[in-house]
Amino acid sequence: MLHTVNKSPFDSHSLQTCLGLAKAGSDILLIEDAVYAAMSGTAVTSMVESAMSSSTIYALESDLRARGIGSEKMISGINLVGYDGFVELAVTNDKVQSWL
Amino acid sequence: MAFEINGKTYETDEEGYLANLSDWNTDVAGRMATEDDCDLSENHWEVIKFLRDYYEEYQIAPAVRVLTKAIGKRLGKDKGNSKYLYELFPYGPAKQACKYAGLPKPTGCV
Amino acid sequence: MKQIDWSSLVINESGKAVKKFMYVNRHAPHGTIYPLEGLEVVLIGAAFDQDVSMAFIGDGVFQLNKGQDTADSGMKNVALTYGALGDYEVTKLYVEQESLDERGLELNDLMNLTWEDEEENWAEKPSIQVVSRAQLSDLLEQQDVILNF
Repeated sequence: MLHTVNKSPFDSHSLQTCLGLAKAGSDILLIEDAVYAAMSGTAVTSMVESAMSSSTIYALESDLRARGIGSEKMISGINLVGYDGFVELAVTNDKVQSWL
Repeated sequence: MAFEINGKTYETDEEGYLANLSDWNTDVAGRMATEDDCDLSENHWEVIKFLRDYYEEYQIAPAVRVLTKAIGKRLGKDKGNSKYLYELFPYGPAKQACKYAGLPKPTGCV
Repeated sequence: MKQIDWSSLVINESGKAVKKFMYVNRHAPHGTIYPLEGLEVVLIGAAFDQDVSMAFIGDGVFQLNKGQDTADSGMKNVALTYGALGDYEVTKLYVEQESLDERGLELNDLMNLTWEDEEENWAEKPSIQVVSRAQLSDLLEQQDVILNF
C-alpha cells in the first residue's frame, strides 16, 4: 500500500500514526509539509530511520526544494521522486491511503 | 479589461494594472503613460526599473515610504523625497509607477 | 484615582503613543496560507509607526530556512519577501532556540536577514536574534498586542 503524508511531523501526529499502522513493505511518500520529516538531526529523525527498516520512504523533490531542504540536510536512504514518480507509486500500489 | 500593442493583447485588472507580470515590456509602460498624458523621461524609467528590480528581489512592490527611502539610498538624496517622486508620478509614486512597471498594487497601499 | 504608569509611554513622530506589537509565526511556509497572511499584515502594519517585532517558534522557524526555491512547485517564493522587512523597519526577528534544536537547525541554516541603520551611515545589522524559550516568554509578557499566524 502507498501512504501519503502531508503534515509537518512537528505539528501533527499524522506521520507517527501512519508509521505505526503501515505494514512492512509499504511505500510511504512524504509531500508538502511532511517533507520536513526527511531532515537529519531532528527530533523525529530516529522515528523515520527506524521505519526505513521495514518500509520504503520517498519524498517529493519539488516540496523539498521549496522548503530549502537540500540532500546534505536529509536522512540518507530516503528516495527522491518527482511528480512522475508520485504517479508511478500510485499506479504500482494496489491501494493509496492519504493521511490528511 | 485589456489593450493591444502590435497585435498582442495585454490583460489588465479593473484599475489598469497588468494581469500577468511576465507580459511586461517597455512598450506596455509607454502605452500606460500615454493614456495618462505622461511623457516618460529618463527619470521616470529610472524609478520604473528600480521597482522591477525590487519586485524581482523581494516579490513585492514596496510601500511609498519604503520606495522613497530606498531610492534616496540608491539614486541619491535629491531623488529620495516625496516631492521629486510626486512630480514624476502625480497620481502617487507607488501606485502610478508600479502600474507602469507592470507590478501589482503595492503591499500596504490601500 | 487610578495611578497611571507614565514611565513606559513612548511617543512617535506624529505624537501618538507607540504600542509594542509582536507577530508570532508558528507555521511552516508553503503548506498553509498563515505565513503569507502574517507577512502581509506585518508589512501593512509597518506603516503605523509602532514598535514591531516578530517571533518564530515551532514550525515557524522553517519560514527563515535558507535556500527555499519554489520554482518547480509553481508557487510564488514568499521566502524572498522576508528580505524586505529591514526596508519596512521591521528589525527585530526573535527565533526560539528550542524550536531550532528540535528541527536540527542552527542560526547558520537561516537566511541572513539584515537592516540598515540610517543613523549610523546605513550600517548593516543582523535582524535575527536567537533567544531561549524563557527569554521569549519574557518578551511576550512585555507586549501590548500579540497576533498569531
